[in-house]
Amino acid sequence: MTERTLRGKVAIAGIGETIYYKHGQSPDAEFKLALQAILAACEDAGIDPREVDGFASYGGDRSDAPRLAAALGVHELRFSNMHWGGGGGGVAAAVANAGAAVHSGMANCVIAFRSLAQGQFARYGRANSLASVSGDDAFLAPYGLMSPAQRFAMKITRFMTDHDIRHEALRAIAMASYHHAQTNPRAVMYGRPLTEAKYDASRWIIEPFHRLFDCCQENDGAGAVLVVPADRAKDLPHKPVYLLGAAQGGHHRSAAPVHNAPDYASAHFKTVARNMWEMAKLGPKDVDIVQAYENFTGGVLLSLVEHGFVDPSTANDVLSLDNLKFDTGKMPMNTSGGNLAECYMHGLEMVNENVRQLRGTASNQVADPQVAAVLGGPMVTPVSSLVLGTEATL
Amino acid sequence: MSTALPAGLPAPAIEPLTQPYWDGTRAGRLVVQRCRGCGKHQWGPEWVCHRCHSFDLGWEEVAPRGRIWSWQRPHHPVHPALNGHGPYTIVLVELPDADAIRMVGNLLCPPDAPVSIGAEVEAVFEPHDAATPPYTLVQWRLVGQSAPA
Repeated sequence: MTERTLRGKVAIAGIGETIYYKHGQSPDAEFKLALQAILAACEDAGIDPREVDGFASYGGDRSDAPRLAAALGVHELRFSNMHWGGGGGGVAAAVANAGAAVHSGMANCVIAFRSLAQGQFARYGRANSLASVSGDDAFLAPYGLMSPAQRFAMKITRFMTDHDIRHEALRAIAMASYHHAQTNPRAVMYGRPLTEAKYDASRWIIEPFHRLFDCCQENDGAGAVLVVPADRAKDLPHKPVYLLGAAQGGHHRSAAPVHNAPDYASAHFKTVARNMWEMAKLGPKDVDIVQAYENFTGGVLLSLVEHGFVDPSTANDVLSLDNLKFDTGKMPMNTSGGNLAECYMHGLEMVNENVRQLRGTASNQVADPQVAAVLGGPMVTPVSSLVLGTEATL
Repeated sequence: MSTALPAGLPAPAIEPLTQPYWDGTRAGRLVVQRCRGCGKHQWGPEWVCHRCHSFDLGWEEVAPRGRIWSWQRPHHPVHPALNGHGPYTIVLVELPDADAIRMVGNLLCPPDAPVSIGAEVEAVFEPHDAATPPYTLVQWRLVGQSAPA
């Protein structure tokens, strides 16, 4: 029986993104941002946009695939796919779904994308003002538990308390993103450095582990990657970046209602990470760069632990700014500024960053990287992650 | 009695799946799902038992006591009703007498009170009689504290 895998079967041939804007500041409609990013990814790949025959997104993307196909005049639509779940849990899954479509022969040339102009719609960090709420929320909202930060905070409290992890470990995660944004002109926080003193003085969003700088911003923009069969990528302008492994989902009852997941103090990557490494035939020690989605810095800690990058018993030492820097760190992380400081594009900007890194064209270029991972939005379900590699890794 | 949080937060919709719970809290009783197939408690409410797949889920009263499994203290007001209110404490309470199901509520305590994982708590029923329809929330206080703060 032939091995069922995506390892080395598909490649990212093109990346694109819009200008990244602060929340509410995009002059363009969300759908126009999506079009701009997709056209940029096609141009980067040297492929006529009319050849695109599939679209994959996540997080309730409002830029409808059939409308995109009509607007761009694609010859035929063969694959349209929206990954379940909110926020950036599906970022790696969208790329993997595009890859699965391409490898299975359902489509030839699929865009995975995210478009987001929250200024034109509701904010994530503000609850709606319904008079009554149903489902899970009926047991949460009346107690003032409504925002994403609040949905996840008790996982962080429990994990950090159990393992005696200090808030300074989370500060290092925030500092790394801001540090890298200072040398990335695309970053929303370019020219706006963060110091330890500024972090420590920032207001509480939620005690005991969420200060202002532990929480992502909300932004406007769009990002896209173009996924093609590995064989085709070799004939295109850029060095192909291959998908080595990807997985999505969640462990046993991770989405149990009213915070009743048996293994609760988790980012929900325990099985997903295992499956991703298995497909990639790699482990955390083989990775040169990690992009770890920051909705909240505590979620990054959990993601890193569950993917095997950090042992909880040494997290206080390992998670230091120096260790996370692109040039001197042992574990370069969020090298473009991540969600906190490049742009909260629900992690799609992290996929683009890894492609740049593996091509050797990043703003904060890591020396000769071969393998780069994206750990998607943590603590939701389903979550997803992926690992990319150069031709040398095949 | 006063309520833990200001008026104006969303009320719980009373739905067919969850009505026995809300009927219970109105009567000052903590009533949760218990499977008639395998005898285990489950929470939150679901149409099927996640262990044995029986649809024959009953509702039974459980001891209104538990332990703090985790907690948080939001400062940033995410809803207009919370503007100017200041920090409040949310706890995740494990019920050891009911197969360790967990419930979310507010801990009735001063906004700067230390909170300890593992602390014993007991339920405090908080009626919202003026609501249409009226409902009663379940709050928590540390065992041994006579009156809520």
